[in-house]
Amino acid sequence: MKNIKAVFMKQILDTIKNKTVFIQFLMFPIIAVVMENAVKIEEMPEHFFAKLFAVMFIGMAPLSCMSAIISEEKEKNTLRALMMSSVKPWQYLVSVGAYIFIMCMVGMSVFAVLCEHKGKALTIFIFCTAFGIILSELAGAAIGIFSKNQMAATSLTLPIMMIFSFSPMLSMFNETIKKIAGITYLQQISNILNGIGMSEISAKSVVVIAANFAVGLVLFTAAYKKKGLE
Amino acid sequence: MEAAAISASNIVKSFGSKRVLDGISFTVRRGQIFGLLGPSGAGKTTLIKILTGQLDRNAGTAEINGLDADKLTGEDNKKFGIMMDNFGIYERLNCYENLKIFAEIYGVKKDGILNALKKVGLENAKKTSAAKLSKGMRSRLRLARVFMIDPDILFLDEPTSGLDPATADEIHKIMLAEKGNGKTIFLTTHTMSEAEKLCNDIVMINEGKIVEHGSPQEICRRYNHQRMLKIHLSNGSDIQFPHNENASDKVAELIKNGSAETIHTTEPNLETVFMELTGKELAV
Repeated sequence: MKNIKAVFMKQILDTIKNKTVFIQFLMFPIIAVVMENAVKIEEMPEHFFAKLFAVMFIGMAPLSCMSAIISEEKEKNTLRALMMSSVKPWQYLVSVGAYIFIMCMVGMSVFAVLCEHKGKALTIFIFCTAFGIILSELAGAAIGIFSKNQMAATSLTLPIMMIFSFSPMLSMFNETIKKIAGITYLQQISNILNGIGMSEISAKSVVVIAANFAVGLVLFTAAYKKKGLE
Repeated sequence: MEAAAISASNIVKSFGSKRVLDGISFTVRRGQIFGLLGPSGAGKTTLIKILTGQLDRNAGTAEINGLDADKLTGEDNKKFGIMMDNFGIYERLNCYENLKIFAEIYGVKKDGILNALKKVGLENAKKTSAAKLSKGMRSRLRLARVFMIDPDILFLDEPTSGLDPATADEIHKIMLAEKGNGKTIFLTTHTMSEAEKLCNDIVMINEGKIVEHGSPQEICRRYNHQRMLKIHLSNGSDIQFPHNENASDKVAELIKNGSAETIHTTEPNLETVFMELTGKELAV
């Protein structure tokens, strides 16, 4: 437990001084607050921007932070120092993952307030976004482990993040994109968030998210087996 | 009888088809500085990893404090510290914060962190961001990370690599002070003068095999085939002659007539011994 606490503490100290990572946690909640309050268009769905940016936040922040933190530690050999100080790989991943999860859930609370969720709607919102964050973290960890350095991680993270995060928005304008995006967890999370209070969670959404989780787990395991954490 | 601080017996390690360590055996006594010498890629870091239980071996035994390196627990790990030359430092954190992370892992209190910083001469830089540290200060911060846990055994992998002579000398003094405190130091280096200055005992490895073992003085004496005297004369030239029973008369004569400026024996140093054994230089 003390190893997990130590890495968690390191992450807090480091993130305060790491603008690149820190801004990821702030950017979308701030944009959502501004857009929700500044832009009012007739016939626009209720809390349109809050729901839109919540999905983008789930797709981008955990994925990019996880891959950036792991790849930076690999590149600068700080990870090796931790591993040789009796920190186990799983302890490191759990610590960093928990830290990013908490930071993202704090960000998600802003979206929950913007969407005015209460009771059952709030429970579904929290459960759904939490699962989405974990899935994005899994993808980010796989990229971070697979990449040799930060540059390699960025070149992988950026296109994946853009495709996943923007497809729910683009699918609003194009049926083909909507069909393709339907197989991604973020599209299904977007569907669930947009349907809170109006419709039940569909079986298709659950199956797609579960399948995405399985694929993420396989990719993560493959990356870990191939590269390890040092 | 007290167990050796570190012992290795017939260690073999291969990566794929490449054998990087081939039958390595030695014993490190307590309270001594033991040097592992070899060129880059000789297997020094691999050996440290095996000895500290970070890497499996294909054959042989490795023990620290009489315990099998494979079976070391978290508590056992606190009895030795490892400083690898490429261990990273958290650039955005200051010196104190860098140590605090590892202090948390090893259960070291604030006083322990401050003492470690003092020991390596970084007490005034504790709030300095690691990004602003010089290369020498970074090495000292890495050393502080090891000293902080006050281990019985220190594994130092090329601690002075790339440092200027003055900074390297400071680190040598710290190491000798630790030895004076009864610590055992396992030092890897490819700097001959460092090994000659610090080590009680050394092992030279090349291509995964031990090529020589003993104290630096013993080894140099063992390879002193030439036994020559070299005299630098006041006219600028040098003369050499065998260091035998006739040598004293010649030396006396040269001193008497005032032509001898400096007199040297020509025993080999570790560098020349390594060259003789392997045909290559150590500092590569």
